[in-house]
Amino acid sequence: MVYYILRRLAYFVPTLIAIYTVAFLLMHAAPGSPFAQEKNLPPEVLAARMAEYNLDKPLIVQYGLYAWDLVTLKGHTSMRYPDRNVIHDILAPAFPVSLSLGIFALGLAVIVGTTAGVISAAKPRSLADYGSMAGAMIGISQPSFVVAALLMFLFAFTLRWLPVGGWGTPSQIVLPAIALAALPAAYIARLVRTGMLEVLSADFIRTARAKGLAEWRVMLDHALPTAWLPVLGYLGPAAAGIFTGSFVVEKIFAIPGAGTFFVDSALHRDHPLILATVLLYAVLLVVFNLLVDIGYAWLDPRIRYE
Amino acid sequence: MSSAPANPSPQACPAQVLRPAMSPLGLAMRRFRRNRLALAGLAILAAIVAANLAGLVWNYVEVARERPEPYRTTLPGLHPQPPSLGNPFGTDPLGRDMLARTLVGGCVSIGVGLAAAIISIVIGTIWGVTSGYSGRGIDTAMMRIVDVLYGLPYILLVILLLVLFQEQTTGVRMVVLFMAIGAVSWLTMARVVRGQVLALRESEFVQAARAIGSGGGRIIFKEMLPNLTGTILVCATLTVPLAILQESFLSFLGLGVPPPLASWGTLASDAIEALNPVETYWWLLVFPCGALGVTLLALNFVGDGLRDAFDPRAK
Repeated sequence: MVYYILRRLAYFVPTLIAIYTVAFLLMHAAPGSPFAQEKNLPPEVLAARMAEYNLDKPLIVQYGLYAWDLVTLKGHTSMRYPDRNVIHDILAPAFPVSLSLGIFALGLAVIVGTTAGVISAAKPRSLADYGSMAGAMIGISQPSFVVAALLMFLFAFTLRWLPVGGWGTPSQIVLPAIALAALPAAYIARLVRTGMLEVLSADFIRTARAKGLAEWRVMLDHALPTAWLPVLGYLGPAAAGIFTGSFVVEKIFAIPGAGTFFVDSALHRDHPLILATVLLYAVLLVVFNLLVDIGYAWLDPRIRYE
Repeated sequence: MSSAPANPSPQACPAQVLRPAMSPLGLAMRRFRRNRLALAGLAILAAIVAANLAGLVWNYVEVARERPEPYRTTLPGLHPQPPSLGNPFGTDPLGRDMLARTLVGGCVSIGVGLAAAIISIVIGTIWGVTSGYSGRGIDTAMMRIVDVLYGLPYILLVILLLVLFQEQTTGVRMVVLFMAIGAVSWLTMARVVRGQVLALRESEFVQAARAIGSGGGRIIFKEMLPNLTGTILVCATLTVPLAILQESFLSFLGLGVPPPLASWGTLASDAIEALNPVETYWWLLVFPCGALGVTLLALNFVGDGLRDAFDPRAK
């Protein structure tokens, strides 16, 4: 297992280099300069700005310089906000906000989705089953910004139970987390339900029942760990979806998170910021996928990584 | 079940016995037809597509007949009007009929979904089959590329492509939008198809085909592809709703279809912008989102039905 983790960690480096390279090339494939939006820039100023961002150097040198800035965590100033360093002034304050929102949303999705899935599998074709599956269907069928706006309209404007937006107090995290969790929770509920129904007809469940275990123990201790395996596989894409989807929710609820820079950097072709956000995202995803694979081995003793 | 007659003549046999052996595809289709939820989904989907196409035609007829400028109507004031007999879905802030906007928007949204499905079928299948069938080095290399593209935030790819073509005409931007969403949706298809090909490659009937001297092309097209149909179809059906949601996400960023064209995504995001606690223009939000929701649900039902039909083990 330790060997497996070490080998996976060794894979990180080439994967990250490849992702960095693709992002770098994509950025430079776009014609025109990143400063094209600023009209009437005197040529000397333009040249100075190009030099500041190393755009006057050959591509391979730029590639190395930007990589060095990121690897050493030194960062570079953003093109859009020239007085701010992409790592220290932009991502460092914003990232913890997004991360905590994302973890909260993912946890919510897992808990709600699993509960709904177990309940509907315990009594298939009952009112509870149809109810939770209908709820799951609604979660799958609307874009997150619609869910977010409706939540805000209902709970913040009409009922006035929760704050409209902002960040800092626990009550401000509730609505954005629900909006982010709706889609993954719905998927998880369906996965758990399907998995549970399949597992519940297995022999070892009959044995567990035959030896007189309480039904809830059969469900939670015996059936759920096996039924949960497909969910584990879905968690990787789910986490990626939450991190990218957070842009919309952060915008609607006015949360100072990193999701904004994710989209803004690409929209404004802010090279240093694009590279920094892409690498951050890639590292998160790669680490998360490793955790998921370790989770597999933990849940399913048949899986052994050698 | 009665036992077969000792000397079976064609006339004496019951009809079922004479029926030719069913292909896996035929069997799957029969199972699909017994799934009422999936059939209902298919019917709803057909109705929505028909309505959207009719709306598109109606829109063009109206525009050609009396409106000098597309989509412009001459309603008094610039306030959205609630649903009435003349405009059953109400009107938008510019006085345009929401029924027409919703139907035309549906054509764009469903078009995006279909384009993504077709692109992912073509690229994903070719990529997956090549990777899975070649094995070892090529397989590893091709799958690493998919991994890297997975690790790259798709939104970056789409945004860069769209920003690149922002100055172009509406037609070009539409094509780019379709291509960009399609270009990021084939990865899942490639992975799924490759997994299936790996399993098929070791199966006995493929080994038998190889033993009697079938070439690679014959094995891929005659032996494997029929067995991949189900997987590809299911994956493609589930790609459509994802692509439609992605388009609405891009619309929210202002990168969706350029106005005055509409999609369900742009309509929904316009409605969200008009949402305020003082005056509710509910019809702006309810109709496009309702149409979007019903379509996505129907697609999911059809996709689930297809999956159950092609994989009878998974109930």
